[in-house]
Amino acid sequence: MEEQVAFYVARGQEPSLPPPRSEVGLPATLRKNLFATPLDSVITVALGLFAAWAAWNLIEWGLLRAVFTGADREACLLPGGGEIGACWAFVNAKLGQFIYGRYPLDERWRVDLAFLLLVLLTIPLAIPRAPYKRLNALLLGIAFPVVALVLLTGGEIGVSGGWVAFLFTLAAFVSAAFAGGSSGARPALLKAAMGLAAVSLLVLLIAAAIRSGRFDLLGFEFSTLSLLAFLLALASVAASLFAGRTGGESSAGAGRVLMPPLVTAVLVAALSVDFGLQPVPTNLWGGLLVTLVVALTGIAASLPLGILLALGRRSHLPAVRLFSIIFIEFWRGVPLITVLFMSAFMIPLFLPDGVSFNQLLRALIGVAIFSAAYMAEVIRGGLQAIPKGQYEGAQALGLSYWQMMRLVIMPQAIKLVIPGIVNTFIGLFKDTSLVYIIGLADLLGTVRRGFSDPNWITPSTAATGLIFAAFVYWLFCFGMSRYSMFMERRLETGHKR
Amino acid sequence: MKNSILALLGSVAVASAVVPATAATLDDVKNRGTLRCGVNTGLPGFASQNDQGEWQGLDIDYCKAVAAAIFDGDASKVQYSPLSAVQRFPALQNNEVDLLARNTTWTMDRDTALGLNFVGVNYYDGQGFMVRRDLNVTSALQLSGATVCVQSGTTTELNLTDYFRANNMDFNPVVIESQDSVNTAYEQGRCDVLTTDASGLYASRLEMSNPDEHIVLPEIISKEPLGPVVRQGDEQWFDLVKWVHFGLINAEELGVTQENVEDMAANSENPDIRRLLGADDNFGEDIGLTNQWMVHVIKAVGNYGEIFDRNVGPDTPLKIQRGQNALWTKGGLQYAPPVR
Amino acid sequence: MTADTESISVPHERISLMRDPHTRGLVIQILMIIAILAFASWLVNNTVQNLASARIASGFGFLSARAGFDIGQAPIAYTSNSTYGRALFVGFVNTVIVAACGIVLATIVGFLIGIGRLSRNYLLRALSTIYVETFRNIPPLLVILFWYFGVLSVLPLPRNAVELPFGSYLSNRGLQTPAAVFEQAALLTLAAFAFGIAATVFLVRQNRKRQLETGERRPILWLSVGLIIGLPLLVFVATGSPVTFELPTATRFNLVGGWQIKPEFLSLFLALSFYTAAFIAEIVRAGIVAVSKGQTEAASALGLTRGQSLRLVIVPQAFRVIIPPLTSQYLNLTKNSSLGLAVGYPDLVAVGSTVLNQTGQSVEVVAVWMVVYLGLSVATAAFMNWFNARMALVER
Repeated sequence: MEEQVAFYVARGQEPSLPPPRSEVGLPATLRKNLFATPLDSVITVALGLFAAWAAWNLIEWGLLRAVFTGADREACLLPGGGEIGACWAFVNAKLGQFIYGRYPLDERWRVDLAFLLLVLLTIPLAIPRAPYKRLNALLLGIAFPVVALVLLTGGEIGVSGGWVAFLFTLAAFVSAAFAGGSSGARPALLKAAMGLAAVSLLVLLIAAAIRSGRFDLLGFEFSTLSLLAFLLALASVAASLFAGRTGGESSAGAGRVLMPPLVTAVLVAALSVDFGLQPVPTNLWGGLLVTLVVALTGIAASLPLGILLALGRRSHLPAVRLFSIIFIEFWRGVPLITVLFMSAFMIPLFLPDGVSFNQLLRALIGVAIFSAAYMAEVIRGGLQAIPKGQYEGAQALGLSYWQMMRLVIMPQAIKLVIPGIVNTFIGLFKDTSLVYIIGLADLLGTVRRGFSDPNWITPSTAATGLIFAAFVYWLFCFGMSRYSMFMERRLETGHKR
Repeated sequence: MKNSILALLGSVAVASAVVPATAATLDDVKNRGTLRCGVNTGLPGFASQNDQGEWQGLDIDYCKAVAAAIFDGDASKVQYSPLSAVQRFPALQNNEVDLLARNTTWTMDRDTALGLNFVGVNYYDGQGFMVRRDLNVTSALQLSGATVCVQSGTTTELNLTDYFRANNMDFNPVVIESQDSVNTAYEQGRCDVLTTDASGLYASRLEMSNPDEHIVLPEIISKEPLGPVVRQGDEQWFDLVKWVHFGLINAEELGVTQENVEDMAANSENPDIRRLLGADDNFGEDIGLTNQWMVHVIKAVGNYGEIFDRNVGPDTPLKIQRGQNALWTKGGLQYAPPVR
Repeated sequence: MTADTESISVPHERISLMRDPHTRGLVIQILMIIAILAFASWLVNNTVQNLASARIASGFGFLSARAGFDIGQAPIAYTSNSTYGRALFVGFVNTVIVAACGIVLATIVGFLIGIGRLSRNYLLRALSTIYVETFRNIPPLLVILFWYFGVLSVLPLPRNAVELPFGSYLSNRGLQTPAAVFEQAALLTLAAFAFGIAATVFLVRQNRKRQLETGERRPILWLSVGLIIGLPLLVFVATGSPVTFELPTATRFNLVGGWQIKPEFLSLFLALSFYTAAFIAEIVRAGIVAVSKGQTEAASALGLTRGQSLRLVIVPQAFRVIIPPLTSQYLNLTKNSSLGLAVGYPDLVAVGSTVLNQTGQSVEVVAVWMVVYLGLSVATAAFMNWFNARMALVER
């Protein structure tokens, strides 16, 4: 059908006109973003002037008038007494100390190696697509601390029989838990395994209180009671093994049961064997090394402790709940510096005569407890956000409390609070700078000690050192926060409305 | 599940359960193979680190002397713990160090109430004041109204208050926890006056960017007998450190030096020297060492005079005269009971 | 571990006591209490033994002994003849002062920066982001040291003090302003001031009630200003200006007289404020973003101006999100004030560490610290909870 179409009706799609001149190009962008209103213009001009002034000063101080090389303070002093910028030569000369403290020069490769291992184990764990996550986590969580400890201290740590027995008792518990996890395990033997391990722990507690005869076994000094505990732990492992095996499981089940005691044995051996490394006492450690050791230990200890405390705070048992609440709120209520003073001055008083923890270990204990309390609150936030249906669903499936937590609740809760966890890590990393006040030479501490070196006293030494330290802290913290944002985006599984 | 909770709780208790037997300090030191010595975090002349990170100074030499006495002349078997003023007593009380050689003033309160024993006086000091030259101050009595920088947790802080109060003068204290921060604050002009022990003042002056701009005022406002400290309750250890100190002074008095000590030990006919160096009697074994203990000590660090001259004496940057620290025979205060 | 399906068909079978949740719970709790008590008594026992063997006296008797040291900033009467207890109290007051001032400034700066991060102005947004990302990622101790040594090196010696208006001076000894010395009659001015505030509160209430009833609002801003400022001023002049000013004068060393703000306070105060402001800015931003866009649109649809919609719709809702994290930031600031130790600000921890060193009473001093900070935390938390309850919307 023919239709008369008026000539003013378009026959086809006309190309769209370009936007008005005032809305495109640089001027429009500038106007929209910087000079939208008179007030905006004023703000822009004022801030622009300020930013330019600050940037110029920073560049002038940090680059143009800075001194980059030199052997001592003479390099950073102008003959006429004028002002120079940053004294980077100071940082350059002291860089080794800032990183390693007074760690012996010939042994610094050990620190480097430990750091390299850390990076190699952390990067694949941090990249979501990398395979073997579980193995990687186990290596980082169990093997790396031992390797790093041996590397950094030189090994040959005098592990006493009591400690050996204690570690094996813990292993026995894990074995029993693994055996119980396999279907068709014999309940009687399982009960026996648990009972034996519990008795072993009890014996150890008594051994702590009572002094009994001492003798050597495999190079470890055992007391009668701690030896008894050790044997009980081994018996418990055996019981778990039989409980699992008679259940008709394949040898894989037995392997799982045997794994914890074997790993423990290897760890104990690694700690006590002489690798021929020169011992380096912790008071020689310093700089970034101490900062990282304190921060990483705090991070590693705070997560499991925090989870336990968070669960305790949401427990139905009033005593457990009350204890968790008091513990968490107490440590959150006091400043870290008083906690560190407490760990420095009071832990030695708490310990029986003759036992002493070194300064670094005491600081670590203080930091770990402190950050665990903060972590507990973050994780509690995640637990509270899990709908009740998830708990009920897990219970309806017949899962036990720990199974429910491990398989259903925790994975969801932790995912929800990853940003909070990383923020706690960042806070912890920054807080490590306080250990200087109780006499440890962390990064900030070494930098500040460098100020009093008569060789390097100049008007700009202190500012240069502090800027350098600030930059290092910033790098670590900023990196962590960016990673947390990345994980946050990745883990978002459509809960967002 | 119950067991897991138990395990957690138990672990805390067991963690510190395995108690090594307590022993006397000397046995501990011998078993450990090192002497743990608490020293200043950095005070030129008394305890400071050179570019290689090695410790040196008068207090350091005392640590070395004790180590040499115990380990048959091996003065390197010392583990130094740098301690701040606030940390030093708890560290000693809590058995983290065996010996505190950290320019510590001997006072009655510290000797009695803090559970410490002062071994002797290795440096007679007194508190003084440093000011900028361009303030034109010549006496501490002109300091009324001044702002004074002082390190917290020291007797200095108390003496300062007492001195100004006794002379009816006002002052504004600026109290900071570490000496290097105190120095920085003074150098930046936060204070008019820096006060600490006179020896420390000379050291601090060296650390100023232009030492000639600062002068030390003549007044000494307190008695600051500095000396090594040990824990109360271990008489054997107390005696040992005390007699290493007295031995160093006696050696100077008797003319035994690092150079001639072996010769003296072998050939000297002087009965005092023979007793000191273990040729006669068993004084060394009486305090749990070998009879050659003093030979080892002198060979390692020299006598008191040599230690003084090497670290703080007129030929060092500190340029401190012997003064009160000269032997009693030369008009000073250093006097040691005889080895007999 | 696994549910016992057998027991369902045979309900009368006796089940193990450990399978009964109540009994099991009870046993666990009793065991835990025993373990905690045992651990605690072990610690106490060790401590007592250690103190005895080190011959350290214990107890709080030292609090009434003479302190013998001076404190740089003593807002309440204190001399070296005062007791240790008094010294600690001075430290406590100093902590409260710096925390309170810091909270005010941190809130102001934090809100400005937080709103700046949402601004349409690109430069403002960028600089706010740089500010937040810088300060959030540096340790507070470093920030404090920067301010302290920065402030000291920038400001001149007292001899060359910068003269400010009203007889004030700025030097590296701090800011010195004339001190107002009030006479007895000044109390009347104070009374007038109090009356002005009370009357304004009453007016505001009346106005709100009226608005609820009739929908009208009356402008009372200028009336309030007149009541709060004008009335006391009038009384002040009428009573013959009962005040004299004590001007700072230069002596050989320092400026003496007047009110003085010391650089230790200044640097700690500024550092804490600017550090915490970065966190508050993020909280404010998150709070504003959390108010759904529909609210803004609905407010516009109702014909509210942009200012009105911010004031009446957005901010009250954002506040609900903002207050809980804001509380914890205030507490953090209070706790971080203990870092004043590093720059010589005599707060509770700094004074306490001096006391600790002079007396050797480490357990007691640490106990005092913990109790005071816990008390401050509880007090702040209680106040903010009350405030939060007031701000919270009544939900269905």
